[in-house]
Amino acid sequence: MIPLSPLPPFSGQPVPRKEGLAKVSGQARYVDDLSFPGMIYGITVRSQVPRAVLRSISFGTGIPWEEFTIVTAKDIPGKNVIALILNDQPCLADTRINHAEEPVVLLAHPDRYLLEEARRSVNIEVDPLPPVFNIDESLGRKEIVWGDDNLLKVCELNKGNVDQAWSDAAFIVEGEYETGAQEQLYIETNGMVAKADESEGVTVWGSMQCPYYVQKALMAVFHLPADRVRVVQAETGGGFGGKEEYPSIIAAHAALLAWKSGKPVKLIYDRAEDLAATTKRHPSRTRHRTAVRKDGKLLAMDIDFVIDGGAYATLSSVVLSRGTIHAAGPYSCPNVHIRSRAVATNTPPHGAFRGFGAPQSIFALERHLNRVAAVVGLSPEELRRRNFLEQGMATATGQVIRDQIDLSGMLDYALQKSRYREKKGSFAQHNRTSTFKKGIGFAAFMHGAGFTGAGEKQLASVVGVEATATGKVRILSANTEIGQGTNTIFSQMAADALGISLDSVEVAQPDTGSVPNSGPTVASRTCMIVGKLVESAALGVRQTLVGSGMLRVGYSSEDFCKACVEYVRRWGPLKSMVQYQQPPEISWDEVAFQGDAYRDYAWAVYVAEVRVDLTTFEAQVDDFVAVQNVGEVIHPVMAAGQIEGGVAQGIGFALYENVVWNDGRMLNHQMTNYIIPTAADVPPIRVFFVRTSDSGGPKGLGELPMDGPAPAIVNAIEDAIGASINRVPLMPEDLMKKVGAV
Amino acid sequence: MSTDMLLVNVPKVQVTLTVNGERQSVLVHPVARLLDVLRQELELTGTKEGCGEGECGACSVFLNGDLVNSCLVPVLQADGAELVTIEGISRDKRWQGLQQSFVQHGGAQCGICTPGMILAAVNLLRQTSNPLESDIRHALAGNLCRCTGYVKILEAVAQAARAMTDES
Repeated sequence: MIPLSPLPPFSGQPVPRKEGLAKVSGQARYVDDLSFPGMIYGITVRSQVPRAVLRSISFGTGIPWEEFTIVTAKDIPGKNVIALILNDQPCLADTRINHAEEPVVLLAHPDRYLLEEARRSVNIEVDPLPPVFNIDESLGRKEIVWGDDNLLKVCELNKGNVDQAWSDAAFIVEGEYETGAQEQLYIETNGMVAKADESEGVTVWGSMQCPYYVQKALMAVFHLPADRVRVVQAETGGGFGGKEEYPSIIAAHAALLAWKSGKPVKLIYDRAEDLAATTKRHPSRTRHRTAVRKDGKLLAMDIDFVIDGGAYATLSSVVLSRGTIHAAGPYSCPNVHIRSRAVATNTPPHGAFRGFGAPQSIFALERHLNRVAAVVGLSPEELRRRNFLEQGMATATGQVIRDQIDLSGMLDYALQKSRYREKKGSFAQHNRTSTFKKGIGFAAFMHGAGFTGAGEKQLASVVGVEATATGKVRILSANTEIGQGTNTIFSQMAADALGISLDSVEVAQPDTGSVPNSGPTVASRTCMIVGKLVESAALGVRQTLVGSGMLRVGYSSEDFCKACVEYVRRWGPLKSMVQYQQPPEISWDEVAFQGDAYRDYAWAVYVAEVRVDLTTFEAQVDDFVAVQNVGEVIHPVMAAGQIEGGVAQGIGFALYENVVWNDGRMLNHQMTNYIIPTAADVPPIRVFFVRTSDSGGPKGLGELPMDGPAPAIVNAIEDAIGASINRVPLMPEDLMKKVGAV
Repeated sequence: MSTDMLLVNVPKVQVTLTVNGERQSVLVHPVARLLDVLRQELELTGTKEGCGEGECGACSVFLNGDLVNSCLVPVLQADGAELVTIEGISRDKRWQGLQQSFVQHGGAQCGICTPGMILAAVNLLRQTSNPLESDIRHALAGNLCRCTGYVKILEAVAQAARAMTDES
């Protein structure tokens, strides 16, 4: 009924980033840029020991303690818990210490220099208990450090019957693969500013992905209702999962100090503290046992997947679930058994990081399939081609693929763009006479977008769109701009839904006091799930304006703005709220791990070209091709930017980023010795978006690029030096040992 | 340790800085970093802290024309110096095209490294009007970005350089 808008569609166009000018001019306000009159600073005193009974806290001489606000577990007005899933993590350690970075005492003072002195003068007396530090010690129950058996979560996925397949196999191939911890390393460290008192309740401003997660945690700690806890997102300098759950802890700490002191409190982690104390990617170990027919067809996959969750359950159960579902990859196999476990250790809890379990299990699979190919006597590409999922086939969870995906076509395209075959030949030639060896390798994978299974239904996200008195349309959502482009793509989607200009759309600052709970900014869900709600809510505004006779079909952008002004002047606020409805065809069995794990998947084939210097044992990526089907691309420049950034993090995961542990603590907690790729390290990253005729709307792309680089790079290194490598990060010293062993 | 040994009780000292063309006298803690004085005393919060140890470049400023990490400069060393921060660059018409290029080509995502990146790019483009890609990579290698994989930043700087050459 509404004719096509005279404006060109903004979706698909590289429109300017909504907050771009503020960012390039230094005007954007991040949490550490905020200041309030009378504001003082907070600091955290940590346990220092990995596992212990907490006996007493004492305060050393020489510090004017009477000037300090001091908070311990006894000062918590509500529950001493950081509410998330199992609620096992205390806000401040009270009787037991379960990792060496556990917060025990909080201090606040107007002078930051003095605070640092004071932190060193707090003595925490403990009776040490024996800790466990890794997967083997935890699974072996060297000590029971969590629950009855150290198991934070167990999942079991069964499709067909693997036990009957082994006897029919021409080949049975086994392998074991490991991935290390990885730091998100957002360039803005975590931090919060809080105001709190009994009359006003609690307000925090900070760096975060999920304002409503923080609100939920504060409500429990302060025993306050939602309307007395307000959480506001400041401009946020990167998240990548690292600002999903941990900000709740910092918010609670800042607010406790504000509550007790009666003053606004700023609590910002410096880099060393952020690296040592906050969450990292779960270390993992995956064992594969695979039955294959003579022609290379997969008969059975038996997969044992274990992740190290650290001291508390936090998000490990969901990380494990996603890792499990992605463990069998984009392949058709009649019999699949996956047993997966998240185990507790006495390290700081591991947490959300782009990919959320999938990069770990996909690394194992894409390395293992190269081994399977070698055993069967096929090329890595031919083995995959014979097993790729196609439309109508079922994934490991029995989810039938409805879309016409063309993984073989994507593989061909990626190999062609990277000149894979030609380089295979020329590198083999080159490697005969050179001390640096070249290689090329690839990985094929998929990534499910949005919450797993019934997750989106349970979230029941709500988005609002309102008409403003100044004639703008304002989007009300709790989904945060953390660099990925939320503000811009939401504006594009709303402007297109209404046929109005881009500057007629505003995006409200995420603030639990004024935006509805549209769910967390995680799981590549913002564009695909929440973006669709933005469109529906926007249409609700139009419907009201048209229905009330203030807007006539065939309107221009200016007409729309005038109608908004007129409506608000005459009738007051106009707000349209929409809630997520799960499509009825989606069904998921959380116990058997069968059904529609995700509404949609993005598909990809990544190719890496590497060189290994046999003098220094450094490996370097020379070229990278990323081919993916992510459905509709709303903003081509930002989408490519997401892929490029994810690939760079994947290169770091594979080759540079080595968390060195000592008694459950990160030793290299500095940017000087925890190395991420620089502009001089990254290769050209060539991004190609492909679509099939029925690719549909956007499918989520934020996490996808984290999954493929590590296996593609290690497959390329295997091609270069002929050594089989089964662990990342792959440091020069590891390569030296490997090459020595060839 | 007695309280009088603490750094906090050291008397503050006066320094004079010319910041973005404006001469200012500030009372500072004698071990304060230039970064803290810019951000707190002078409220120039466009300069960011990423690591506090000179690795990430988010705190880049010009000190007497040289690009420095302001987290590594004790403010007393900057006494009498001329400083230019992102706020100063933003008021300088010569660099508006560079900033626009970052917006247009996706060179800024979360934005926290962006002021430092822009200063590093300014430093390069002052010296070379026609940089090669390898020059840009080298010039920006002291500025860490975790969002972009650098591809779009390199593109933004290259495009800005081209546009500036065309204009001149």
